[in-house]
Amino acid sequence: MTKWYRENAPITAEKLADELMRLKRGSVTRRHFLGVTGLGLATAVLARAPGLFNATAFAEDLGTQMSLATWPNYHDPATFEAFKAATGVAVEVNVFGSNEEMLAKLQAGGTGWDLFVPTNYTISTYAKLGLIDELDLSKLPNYDASTENARFTNEGVIDGKTYAVPKNWGTTGIAVNSAKIKKPVTSWKEFFEVAMAEADGRAMVHDYQLTTIGNALVSLGYSFNSVKPDELAKAEELLIKVKPHLYAINSDYQPSMRATDAWMTMCWTNDGAQLNRDMPEIQFVLGKDGGEIWSDFYAIPKSAANKAAGYALLNYLMTPENAVKEHIANGAPTTDSRVLKLLPADVTSNKIVYPDEAALTPLEFGAAVTLTDPGRAELMARFKSA
Amino acid sequence: MSKVRPSPWPSPPAGEGTGAAGSLSPFEGESDWPAGRMRAQFNTRFNGLTMRAAKNTKRNLVTAALVAPAAAWLCVFLVLPFIAMLVFAFCERAPEGGYQAAFTFAQFANLPTRAAAFWNTLMLAPAGALLCLLVAYPVAYYLAVRANPRYRLILVSLVVVPFWTSLLVRTYAWMYILGSRGIPNLLAMIGIEDVRMLNTPGAVLLGIVYGYLPLMIMPIYVSLEKLDRRLLEASADLGAKPVSSFFGVTLPLSLPGVMTDVALVTILLLGEYLIPQLLGGGKVFFIGNALVDLFLQSRNWPFGSAIAVTLVAVVVVVLMVAMRIAWKVAGTRQVDLV
Repeated sequence: MTKWYRENAPITAEKLADELMRLKRGSVTRRHFLGVTGLGLATAVLARAPGLFNATAFAEDLGTQMSLATWPNYHDPATFEAFKAATGVAVEVNVFGSNEEMLAKLQAGGTGWDLFVPTNYTISTYAKLGLIDELDLSKLPNYDASTENARFTNEGVIDGKTYAVPKNWGTTGIAVNSAKIKKPVTSWKEFFEVAMAEADGRAMVHDYQLTTIGNALVSLGYSFNSVKPDELAKAEELLIKVKPHLYAINSDYQPSMRATDAWMTMCWTNDGAQLNRDMPEIQFVLGKDGGEIWSDFYAIPKSAANKAAGYALLNYLMTPENAVKEHIANGAPTTDSRVLKLLPADVTSNKIVYPDEAALTPLEFGAAVTLTDPGRAELMARFKSA
Repeated sequence: MSKVRPSPWPSPPAGEGTGAAGSLSPFEGESDWPAGRMRAQFNTRFNGLTMRAAKNTKRNLVTAALVAPAAAWLCVFLVLPFIAMLVFAFCERAPEGGYQAAFTFAQFANLPTRAAAFWNTLMLAPAGALLCLLVAYPVAYYLAVRANPRYRLILVSLVVVPFWTSLLVRTYAWMYILGSRGIPNLLAMIGIEDVRMLNTPGAVLLGIVYGYLPLMIMPIYVSLEKLDRRLLEASADLGAKPVSSFFGVTLPLSLPGVMTDVALVTILLLGEYLIPQLLGGGKVFFIGNALVDLFLQSRNWPFGSAIAVTLVAVVVVVLMVAMRIAWKVAGTRQVDLV
């Protein structure tokens, strides 16, 4: 060992042996050991060397995989490939058709999700039940609350604490294949009428209590969020009457609409934009009698196994340059003015994605009570098993 | 027509001399061949009068050690969960979902609201099993009796090979075959427009027959293959036509296999979830689908448990009825259905 090396080495041999014993005894953490010996840095440097270990070093160990719970057709697969290339973390995507299903899985425990996509009305319940943690915004340097549209993001913040950050907003409207259905559909009332007539056997409703029951309520002139037993009873009557005429009860309606198995469906903005982009005869309309306006968020479950990777992916998605690609691919409107500036004009002028304010006026945000209301939950289950 | 249960143990290979261990055995002619040993152990267990006490204890210990892993497994993963389910069934749904302590029969009182799902399941499961049988029997008969023995292995493999692909993937394939771009599209070409196949009870039945066919074919094939050909020759010698030979000899002799099969497939179908979910589009609803819904959507664990307990009871009743029928048909109680 040269004199130069002894003087410049990050740690002496004796000290290294000493620290190693401390680590083995459990007196210090692995992180302390890697830091004080310089081994962490060395690993990081080696990892950066191309062709040696193909992973970028991060301050924290991100692992090699993480799990995301989200909705059907809601992301650009290229995003996850790019994230993997940048961090070495593979993202496993789990798709759900309702917030209730996500809640059920989180309540049962052991989901393994490191990041998930809840809708505005669920966040207060998740926080109350202790299923999500307040976000550590210092780990999300690319998120900027000041550029977000508060109309869509306020439900992520409870008592000044940020539990969730917005993904995008949207609406729940009606997708109609105009090549198959000639009668114009402009309201939920007409949706259910056409479903039992011209679109007999060709209409779909979500496998999701909020929108299926909510839109049935709207068609009868009640609030989208009603939990009043007499109004729910009327909605149930309508749904059970319409059920034999439906094509399917499924929240993943894009495959059926694309194959023209189904001609009309309850439809979220982003799916409406995707369908209309590829098949212009599929039109997306908002109910003039009402319906839902929503915003989806990203949150990290308390039970997440790989929170570091969850934060890393979230920060990646909050970067405007990455978010803009996601928005172009999935077609949902953004809540972030930084992203809005980057979006091409043909997206921002698309009336499906950014409808006129007047069309949004009759719409309602989902209310927290609908998530846990036993009456609505049981109604949906009865409707499906009827 | 009677069928006597064959010995469950294979006979030791002929001509193998009795070794050192064999000479200790009280059973004449027993070798130290493993099956022989096991038979010795089990015989000890049930009529061990001939054994010395010390030997008896040791063998009992060995038996216990052999049985313990399976027993523990069943206890932890079958008995305990079932008890938990039974307890949940008398609880009530917590306000935000799940369960909370209570003692109520409300869940069982609520069962009629799922009558349609029970009815669907109890109609489609046996119907699926019987349809499966109608398709499977000729195939099994051909394989076991008619097929050239040289190609039999290949033909049997062809039945089994699809099992190597996940049922999920194969059922998804049916979604495309039955969807607008599949068969309905072909029908449209010959002028039959707007046929809808997917998300109908027929699609579910088709998926069931397809999915469970190998499970139906194999046991029937095995029971037909064991058939003593001399009986058929005797039948022919006595002047029976092939058709009456089939109905008088082959079919009755294969009945135990057939009954076992129908019972097995019916029971599996009573718990089916995947096929109605994918090919029924949430409209053809089995009890399995109702269960998933209650646990994963409405988060009503107690009601879900009550339905699950009821389903288990239904399976037991179906099995008992099937067993009685089997006894009657076979004329003996020595018929195993499962």
